Amino acid sequence: MLVKISVTVNGVSYTHEVEPRMMLVQYLRDVLRLTGTHVGCDTSSCGACNILINGTAAKSCTLLAVQADQCSLTTIEGIATDQTLHPVQEGFRECHGLQCGFCTPGMIVTAVDILNHNPHANEHEIREALEGNFCRCTGYHNIVKAVQYAADKMNSVNQGKKEAIA
Amino acid sequence: MSNINSFIGKSVKRVEDIRFITGRGNYTDDIVLQGQTYACFVRSPYGHAKVLNIDISEAKSMPGVVAIFTGADVAHINGVPCGWQVNFKNGDLMKEPKHPLLCTDRTRHAGDPVAIVIAESKGQAVDAAEAVQVDYEELSCVVDAAKATMPGAPLVHDDVPNNICFDWALGNPIAEVDEAISKSAHVTSLEFVNQRLVPNAIEPRSYNAAYDRTNDKYTLYTSSQNPHLIRLLMCAFVLGIPEHKVRVVSPDVGGGFGSKIFHYTEEALLTWASAKINRPVKWTSERTESFLLDAHGRDHITKADMGFDKDGKITALRVKTYANLGAYLSTFASCVPTYLHGTLMQGLYTTPKINIDVTGVFTNTTAVDAYRGAGRPEATYLLERLIELGAHELKIDPAEIRFRNFIPPFNGVDEPGYQTQVALQYDSGNYDGVLKLALEKLGYADLRKAQQEASKNGKLLGIGFSAYIEACGIAPSAIVGALGARAGLYEVGQIRVQPTGKVSVFTGAHSHGQGHETTFAQVVADKFGIPMEDVAIIHGDSDTVAFGMGTYGSRSLAVGGSALMLSIEKIIEKGKLIAAHKMEVSADDIEYNSGQFTVKGTNKSVAFGEVALTAYVPHVYPKDLEPGLDFSSFYDPKNFTYPFGVHIAVVEVDKETGKVTMKKFLTVDDVGNIINPMIVEGQIHGGVVQGIGQALFEGAEYNEHGQLTNASYMNYCMPRADDVTSIETYTQVTPCPHNPLGVKGAGEAGTIGSTPAVVNAVLDALWSGGHEVKDIPMPLTSERVWKAMQS
Repeated sequence: MLVKISVTVNGVSYTHEVEPRMMLVQYLRDVLRLTGTHVGCDTSSCGACNILINGTAAKSCTLLAVQADQCSLTTIEGIATDQTLHPVQEGFRECHGLQCGFCTPGMIVTAVDILNHNPHANEHEIREALEGNFCRCTGYHNIVKAVQYAADKMNSVNQGKKEAIA
Repeated sequence: MSNINSFIGKSVKRVEDIRFITGRGNYTDDIVLQGQTYACFVRSPYGHAKVLNIDISEAKSMPGVVAIFTGADVAHINGVPCGWQVNFKNGDLMKEPKHPLLCTDRTRHAGDPVAIVIAESKGQAVDAAEAVQVDYEELSCVVDAAKATMPGAPLVHDDVPNNICFDWALGNPIAEVDEAISKSAHVTSLEFVNQRLVPNAIEPRSYNAAYDRTNDKYTLYTSSQNPHLIRLLMCAFVLGIPEHKVRVVSPDVGGGFGSKIFHYTEEALLTWASAKINRPVKWTSERTESFLLDAHGRDHITKADMGFDKDGKITALRVKTYANLGAYLSTFASCVPTYLHGTLMQGLYTTPKINIDVTGVFTNTTAVDAYRGAGRPEATYLLERLIELGAHELKIDPAEIRFRNFIPPFNGVDEPGYQTQVALQYDSGNYDGVLKLALEKLGYADLRKAQQEASKNGKLLGIGFSAYIEACGIAPSAIVGALGARAGLYEVGQIRVQPTGKVSVFTGAHSHGQGHETTFAQVVADKFGIPMEDVAIIHGDSDTVAFGMGTYGSRSLAVGGSALMLSIEKIIEKGKLIAAHKMEVSADDIEYNSGQFTVKGTNKSVAFGEVALTAYVPHVYPKDLEPGLDFSSFYDPKNFTYPFGVHIAVVEVDKETGKVTMKKFLTVDDVGNIINPMIVEGQIHGGVVQGIGQALFEGAEYNEHGQLTNASYMNYCMPRADDVTSIETYTQVTPCPHNPLGVKGAGEAGTIGSTPAVVNAVLDALWSGGHEVKDIPMPLTSERVWKAMQS
């Protein structure tokens, strides 16, 4: 038995018939061929599969594709806009926040979510909020710096906007 | 003229980052081939069992099943080989039982495979694998290396008496060491376990094998650190397929830390199966399979004695270690506890008498092999725990006792290297320097005062030291060959200057996080004096890169970078001939600088790109000179390289709960010359946190039935972002005297130095509160620390 789902992924609408047991990450990787979202475990522990579902970070390895029906999803492929890197992506590059790159998509998506909810997150808050994402390469030091870099950049842009409006 | 294209020593942002931060990386599991099929394994749930019967009849008829193979189908194929011969003390060869691609009558550890199911989809493969009926008879098993050698212990392999693979010793005669210990004013003794760790690269192992019937050629995509080595081992030792009929590709690889060096059975089995079914077949490990199948690290049981004279000078060191090898010999399993561990027993100290004795033991557990540091973390842990405990017992400051014992500085240029008691000759070192700098940056005296204050206020603050040395740049082929390596350990570097002056660089090293695409491009662009974007680094494909030995043992830049330096030299020499001809002067009159071949003492010059074009369009060209500008070099190092450093941990221990909180972690590492400080720092950060992981959080736990009871991220505790602190890193530079870049290697330093510093810091905290504890087994969980404080 196949089930019909309709989703919007990175701004594009898709309708597919999927097996009810298909995980959302499989749908993204195998059906849509968006392979930037990775699978590092199968227990919701590592965060390599994190995507934004209706704007909030979630682990796509333990959600069924059918659960995402009618949802708007953003994967790592949709984080940059108009060929411009998101400040979080820029931060990861500027601060050497990645090495092998495998956990990076999940980290970046999570960091976007962190800063959307807490634009002025301090080191302690960033470390706590990254708790659901494993990185085995960086020791987290530069990932924390990357998120701080992005926060500073986003805040200064927002400040600029406020001043312009005022 | 100053060189605007100067890159060496600069923190250039990484070239490879863009594809990773935008989701455009290309890892093995991302690859789907025309006609793709998917594999799932049927694995033994028992630690040790007899296989009585396998029934595939039901599974075979399930939807989508393409093929099922069992041990009987591959019994005629060799097992995967071990790459290093270690002999018994009496000269007998080590025991090498077959490691089959699939088990036939016996499984020897939980997860040992008995069948492979191949289907049209992953789901169908999993469904059919569940329908394969296997009758097992559970056998008694042994998981502890010391217990496994005792009379009456269950045998993992019937033809390996007492489960002993080898017994091995190195250093001064044991009688001399015994005598020196017995005459010592003080002896510090310690029995401890260096616990088993699971490397846990976040990308699970993945393979995709295809057979091309038209050309009778195989392609294997593999998440490997060394594609050429996999091709060599798989072709020559397992499948017997000629190497030129096999292409092995390691695309982007999501971390290795050693666990992706080895030739795994699945690689050979999938390659074999792809021809049997004439379709590509892919398998990607699930995380629990990674826990059960990826080679583990460490797992030593050690008893050691360190003798001191009355002033705290080390007089002798005696070590007995049982090294758990797991159920089968993995690719480098035998050399890790011996030649990468025993040879480091000199540490940074002038210890005059040393003997180490290592027994390698089979058990019903996952194979143990190199994990980041590989033998050197175990050696450093042993030495640094002993010297710190010795200092405490002798009431000497732990920094002071190290100063008293350090080998004096030597640069390896004006004087020979330092000959150790355990076979190696260190290249260059300034050990006083790193400790002095560390103490200064730490503010040591103030911190000791703070510790006393804390103690008065009922708090336990601890300061722990570790001074490490490692042997990297693996390795001079002649030396390692004499020590039992079954491979040469040179590296290959090819530089092809294209007609337009753009440069393609082919290296046998492989990057899986280390940033070679940046560091190597920095070296080449800097030496040629051309923009970095004119240089592309190509690696990881055995059909594109002539040959290679891969990346492990912090060798890429020291060995692979040196190979590139040889090719750079050849390009410039040939370029001089071409430029000289163009400018009608002698080649001896040409110098190369900043992208220009210039006639010495004049402003007459020809640009790099123009020489390149001339090499490929040789209309006006030296007689007898071949066209083209493309050179390949093999570099075989003269010696190992010996990075060293000092790590200091500052911790607070909660008296009520035993919880350890990292307050500070400071490193001073000397990895020789540095090409990209940002990347080196990143390597140190990552290594340090893995080392802290061993000290405080991680440890594989087997029960008496051979079950790995924490085989998932739910219960194997790896450090998370909020478990650790920021790391303060400093460097000292003592160039390597024997390779052209003067580099030593930075990949493993963090892991090697950090673990004992953390454990020493916790013990120091406990000592400051009057708890006379000699050892707490790692990982130092709150429970274990709390219990230690109750005694």
